[in-house]
Amino acid sequence: MGYPFKPHPRETLVLSKYFGEREAISLDGWQKRGGYVALKNALGMDPVAITNVVKESGLRGRGGAGFPTGLKWSFMKLGDGKPHYLCCNADESEPGTFKDREIMRWTPHALIEGCAIASYAIGAETCYIYIRGEFTEPLLRMEAAVTEAYAAGIIGPNAMGSGKTVNVWVHKGAGAYICGEETAMMNSIEGKRGNPRIKPPFPAVSGVFGMPTTINNVETLAAVPHILNNGAEWYKKMARPDNPKSTGTKLWSVCGNVARPGNYEVEMGFPFKDFLYDLCGGPPTGRKFKAVIPGGSSVPFMNMEEAEAAFMDYEGMVAQGTMLGSAGCIVFDDTQSIPKQVARLARFYAHESCAQCTQCREGTAWTTKIVERIVAGNGTSEDLDTLLDIAEQMTGKTICVLSDSCAAPVVSALQRFRGEFEALIKRKVQPAVPVVA
Amino acid sequence: MSHGPSAAGGAALKSSSHGHAVAPYKQVFVGETRDRLEELIKRYPTRQAVLLPALWMVQDANGWVSEEGMVETADVLGLTPAYVKGVVTFYTMYHQHPVGRYFIQVCTTTPCNVCGAEDVVNAFLKQTGCEELGVTSPDGKFTVIEVECLGACGFATPVMVNSEFLENVTPDRVPDIVGRLKRS
Repeated sequence: MGYPFKPHPRETLVLSKYFGEREAISLDGWQKRGGYVALKNALGMDPVAITNVVKESGLRGRGGAGFPTGLKWSFMKLGDGKPHYLCCNADESEPGTFKDREIMRWTPHALIEGCAIASYAIGAETCYIYIRGEFTEPLLRMEAAVTEAYAAGIIGPNAMGSGKTVNVWVHKGAGAYICGEETAMMNSIEGKRGNPRIKPPFPAVSGVFGMPTTINNVETLAAVPHILNNGAEWYKKMARPDNPKSTGTKLWSVCGNVARPGNYEVEMGFPFKDFLYDLCGGPPTGRKFKAVIPGGSSVPFMNMEEAEAAFMDYEGMVAQGTMLGSAGCIVFDDTQSIPKQVARLARFYAHESCAQCTQCREGTAWTTKIVERIVAGNGTSEDLDTLLDIAEQMTGKTICVLSDSCAAPVVSALQRFRGEFEALIKRKVQPAVPVVA
Repeated sequence: MSHGPSAAGGAALKSSSHGHAVAPYKQVFVGETRDRLEELIKRYPTRQAVLLPALWMVQDANGWVSEEGMVETADVLGLTPAYVKGVVTFYTMYHQHPVGRYFIQVCTTTPCNVCGAEDVVNAFLKQTGCEELGVTSPDGKFTVIEVECLGACGFATPVMVNSEFLENVTPDRVPDIVGRLKRS
């Protein structure tokens, strides 16, 4: 549903079917809508069989990387005698993305059910849902739902009377974008600074508390009960006929200069042009679209020629030189200055860098300084080459990808909108609106 | 759940280096709060894992996380105060000095920026009487800061007042919001 708007007829409502429906929030309301049937069935299945269904469905991680979920689960070595853990990544902080927030606000039990099924499938008795500290309402809803689920015996030492232990706990973050990176999140849960860890070892070998761990995004886990209820074939069918690599439905958060911002759920491979102009209602009255960042601020800009040719799946976005990422779609209209927005994005990454890698700590700060001085009308002719040089040093050379994420919008904006930067440098004009200090 | 800073009022006020009046430190991990902490610890294989929740409890009780709070937390969890300080300074939501009774965070990251968040910030500064970002108003009631992405980009501009989350805030709504806080 295009929450807060009414659902559009071209949407496919699976995860978002009950967004905005207050009765679906409680345990009672959720069970009346078919909740916890999948968990009940799953607890009677062989864990490997569950993983195989998820593998067969083609479900891929919805947090940004798009790694096949079933494959990730299969890395967990069952019966190795060690405690296993599931961490649900609800540290949604990628600018442009606000889908997990709505899942937790409106269907908290859908997430608990997904967490419980995944925990059982990977041999984990404990799942931590790591929610960013700013998400007041989702935190309250999730904690209330967890309490309800324990009281009803759905989770706990004898989950749904199965004799199996499935604990689900909510863990509140304290303000750090980087804790959405899986290894940083594990450190944060352990009570440490949220610095990402070097991989390998990968989490499936040594994760939180040094034990085998799987980390999945909220949306990924919320999709699991639907896959078990309806079957892998049902899920696989929701794809472009010529691209079986991206399956199912995807929630897209749309924001910025667009007539109807909100969350929309469409099948993989939906044409982006129809999406922007039909579902989202096009640009605000009297304006034109200029650029789109389709997958959260860490993915490259698209110009409108690329955007209107794109298909909304992992491969469709790559074909246009960008990525699906977390599907947080930021739309810019013709009144926006691209250099100014690049400066604001760079400032975000400079603020959020954990500062343990030199390339990121220095690169994000210098990128910000240089783009801000260009916007302020003090740029020099060497600045653009310097920016590209810094971006190259920031890409593929650090422990995590925050550094790369800062470089991506800079490089892609320079490729597509270089003229705007050059005009500011040549004319030394003050921009109409100053950059946020 | 609230992390709302409590009023920096009270009988025995003293000055801090940040120019705020500071109430004496209230010990946190006693009685019911200590029981709550011990219950939380059972969810994890280590005591250290509850460091973030413990620091939230310190902030809920005192309005900020002072050096005394770090020492008490360290004692309870078997850590060193220096280690706790290292963690406190990593996370932006722990206040390392007292803030106004209403801590106002306005999202200004790109999606909100293109929807006019800068005007919302300026409206809050004007209405609250805060001279600049991060500096508490003379009456001790308000601190306004810019915050990086609050994760509600489709509801630009989101604003947090302590733990209250406001959506779709525009400059013309700000006088009402601040007026309500001034009266409360």
